[in-house]
This record gives sequence, C-alpha cells and structure tokens, in this order.
Amino acid sequence: MSSILYDAPGPRTRRRTTLWSILGGLFVLGLLYLAYRQLDSRDQWDPERWQVFTDPPLGQSAADVWRSMLVTGLGATLRAAGVAAAIALALGLLLAVLRMTPAVWIRTPVTVVIEFFRGLPVVLLMFFGVIAIGLPIFWGVVFGLVVYNSAIFAEILRAGIVSLPKGQSEASYSIGLSQRQTLFTVLLPQAVRRMLPSLVSQLVVLLKDTSLGFIVGYAELLNVLRNNTQFFGQRYWFQFFVVGAAIYIAVNFTLSRLAVYLERRGTAKAAGGVAKADQVQIAGTHATGADGAGQLGTPP
Amino acid sequence: MDTVIDELPLYWDGFTTTLSLTLLSAAIALVVGTILGSFRVSPVPTLRWFGTAYVEIVRNTPLTLVFIFFVFVAPQLGWTPSDFFAPAVVALSVYTAAFVCEAVRSGINSVGLGQGEAARAVGLTFPQTLRLIVLPQAFRTVIPPLINIFIALTKNSSVAGGFFVAELFGVARQLTNAHPSDIYPVLIFIGVFYLIITVPAGILAGYVERKVAFAR
Repeated sequence: MSSILYDAPGPRTRRRTTLWSILGGLFVLGLLYLAYRQLDSRDQWDPERWQVFTDPPLGQSAADVWRSMLVTGLGATLRAAGVAAAIALALGLLLAVLRMTPAVWIRTPVTVVIEFFRGLPVVLLMFFGVIAIGLPIFWGVVFGLVVYNSAIFAEILRAGIVSLPKGQSEASYSIGLSQRQTLFTVLLPQAVRRMLPSLVSQLVVLLKDTSLGFIVGYAELLNVLRNNTQFFGQRYWFQFFVVGAAIYIAVNFTLSRLAVYLERRGTAKAAGGVAKADQVQIAGTHATGADGAGQLGTPP
Repeated sequence: MDTVIDELPLYWDGFTTTLSLTLLSAAIALVVGTILGSFRVSPVPTLRWFGTAYVEIVRNTPLTLVFIFFVFVAPQLGWTPSDFFAPAVVALSVYTAAFVCEAVRSGINSVGLGQGEAARAVGLTFPQTLRLIVLPQAFRTVIPPLINIFIALTKNSSVAGGFFVAELFGVARQLTNAHPSDIYPVLIFIGVFYLIITVPAGILAGYVERKVAFAR
C-alpha cells in the first residue's frame, strides 16, 4: 500500500512494519489490560452485577428492565428525533429557498437568522423552548432540535445548489424556464441527491443531540438509564452505561453506514456526482460552506 | 433588562468559565487528536485499527453519554475528582479529539500522491518530506475544519452546564430560577455571549478558507 507518506514497502520495510505492528498491538493490549484490571479491582466483572439484565433484584423481571430501555427510552429518543427531523427538513428547505431569493429584503434577514441559530448551543435552545416559551417537555426538545438543524439543513442544501455546475441554471434559463422553475425543477432535485450523504450524517447528529433532552429533563434513553441506577443502586452505573452506549452506537452506526453507502453508490443523476459526507459536515455539529453569497445565476 | 445589568458579574464568570473550558479542552484535543491522526496514517496496521476504532466509537456516541461516563460512572470505577470542572474538560477533550483526528487525517490525505513520490524521488528523507512538503500543504486544508471543530466545541461546552459546571448555560439555569419574571432577557443575553464567540470564529473560518484555497 503506497500513500503520500511512504512508498509500497520492500522486504526489509515489511519486516520492520511487522515488528512495529506487534509492538503497537502489545501497547494497545496493555492499555486494554490496564482498563480490565482497574474494572476488576472494583468488582465490575462480578456476574451478580450483570444479572441486573437477566435476573434483576427488587422484584423486577428482566423484561421490565429491557422494556424500560428499549421501548420507553429508545422509543422516546427515536420519537423526538423523527418528529424533529421531519419538521427541520421541511423548514430547512424553506430557509434555503428564502436565502437564495433575489430580493435583498428577504435574503438578508434569513441569512442573519440562519447564522445566529447555527451559533447557539442546542441545549440552550431546548431550555428556551421549555422555560421561556413554556412548551411541554417533548415539544421543547423538538423545538431546540428543529431550530438548530433547520439552519444546518438549509446550509447543506444551499451548498449543494452552489456546487452544481453553472451550465445547469444557464441551460434552464436559455430554454425559457423562470427563476422559480429553474430552482424547483432543475437545481433542487440535483442538490438533494448530491447532498444526500451530508443530510444523512446530519440526521445522525440530530439523533445524538436528542440526548441533550437528558439535561432539560426529557425521559429519553439516558434518563431511563439514570432512573434504573437510582432504582437498583449506583453500583450498577457501569453496567447500564455499557448497555446504553451499545444501543446508541448500534443505532448511529447503522445510520452512518447508510451515509457511506449512499456516498459510494453515488448517482449519475446529479451533475458533478455526490458530495462526500465529510465535506460539509466535519465537526459533526457545524457545517462549513460560508463561502459566497450562494446566488443563482441572473436570468436574462 | 435591569436584571441582566445587575447580574453582569455572574454572566462574566460564566463567560470566562466557558472560555477556559473551551480553550483547555481544545488544547488537549488538539494534542490527542493529532497523535490519533498520525496513528491513522501510519504504516503500522495495529495503530491504524486503534485510531479507527476510537474515532468510530466516539463519533457515534452522544456527548451527553461521554459526560455521564466521566461524571457518574467514573466514581464507581475509582476516579473521584474534587470538582466538576476536571471531568468536564476530560469529557470534552475525549469527544473533540475524534473530530480533530479526522480533520488531520483528511488534511494529510488531501495532499497529492505525486508530491510525496516526487519528494522521495529527489532524495528527501522521511522527516524532510513531512516538514517541507506534506505538512505545509496539509496545514492549509486542516485549518478551516479545525476552526469549525472548535466552534462546535464552544457550543458543546454548554453540556457541562447540565453537569454542575457554572459556565454560561449553568448560569442561565441559575438566573432563570432566581428571576422567573425576566426569563426572556436573561436567556437572550446568554445566547448573545455564545454568539460573541461563535459568529466571529465562523467568519474567520470562512475567510481563512477562501484565503488558503488553491487549485490542485
């Protein structure tokens, strides 16, 4: 394997690489062993502690514990994420269109609003929805997620439209389509296809951000975990943490794979192909693409 | 409005706590992330796997869960810090390091393959190739995403407010409790303090991005 940093290895380098690989492996194993020892010294591997998932104490059944996590907890997480995603996508589309209208008096305020919403922490927006507006807790969580993510979705869609070859809008103007027709029948369908991977990875971020509901008191997965440790005792924190993390990682990993699949599959239907998910979404919470005003070409 | 002016010292404390939380975590995440990034581009398979596993696990874990680990679970495992600032810094660093690692890796991979091959062909050694050819070019690609990562970190530091650290969001909770009649101005000013950090940084990122953009 050749890369920017090194050539394809010869026999001597391969031997050296193998040696380093073994040393590196020992280093990693050493770290894992230290972690294992530390956990062991705290009796975290004690089978009795893990029985909380198979034969829990205090008169509960295993089904109760799992139902609380998978149905109540994960269910609440997915419900908030689903509702927020649907509203945020619709609102994001609207904001993207408004941000690219030729009328300055619409474009400027929309741009300012998008920039402000992108710069605020989601948990503050949720808190605002619950405490200031007085929404019920579920809608407060959805409110925070929608306000932030619709701004991000708008930016992703705009970045998609801006990155299309200029010939696309020029051609549609030359065959006599109006500016609105150009946007809705030529540019947006291609932009959505092109940015599909970014949109999906932003959905992963949205799903992760539902966990902020933990802080404002929404009974999602993490709150259910805490309630369980309060019921069964603090000594079970590690066990519930491991299972909770596994649930989150499994769900998010599936969605992330979907983004990678869409990226790989690509599609010939969008001029210029499909953008990489990371291009727009590197920090996981902040879209780049502040370049240019994102104007449509001017119609003749 | 009067409440906001009266409570300005508290706002200032929250603002400085947010800043120190962000800067400290940014520094640690930069170091750890760069090391992990170098693992991911190294020729040694086990180190590459380690880097990949770290990034995949952390990126798919919500920050709140990372905080839960360091605040609630760690004491069960024998780490009992004296305050809540230290676990917050550790949680933010661990989380952000994964994103720094990805930025560093894609920066190095964005340098054209021919650049490295040409450097080796004219006889530059590995450190020379890295110092003179690869890093100066990778640096340009890495800076804008890094700024965006640190903007995200600033906003993410608000999660610490939910875990007993009195930064801006923590102050917001205190003040809304103390002044239930002035919730709107109190919260809007908390937002303004965040925007003071995030908006200029975002403009800077866009500026740097245009400044260092070059055709390859």
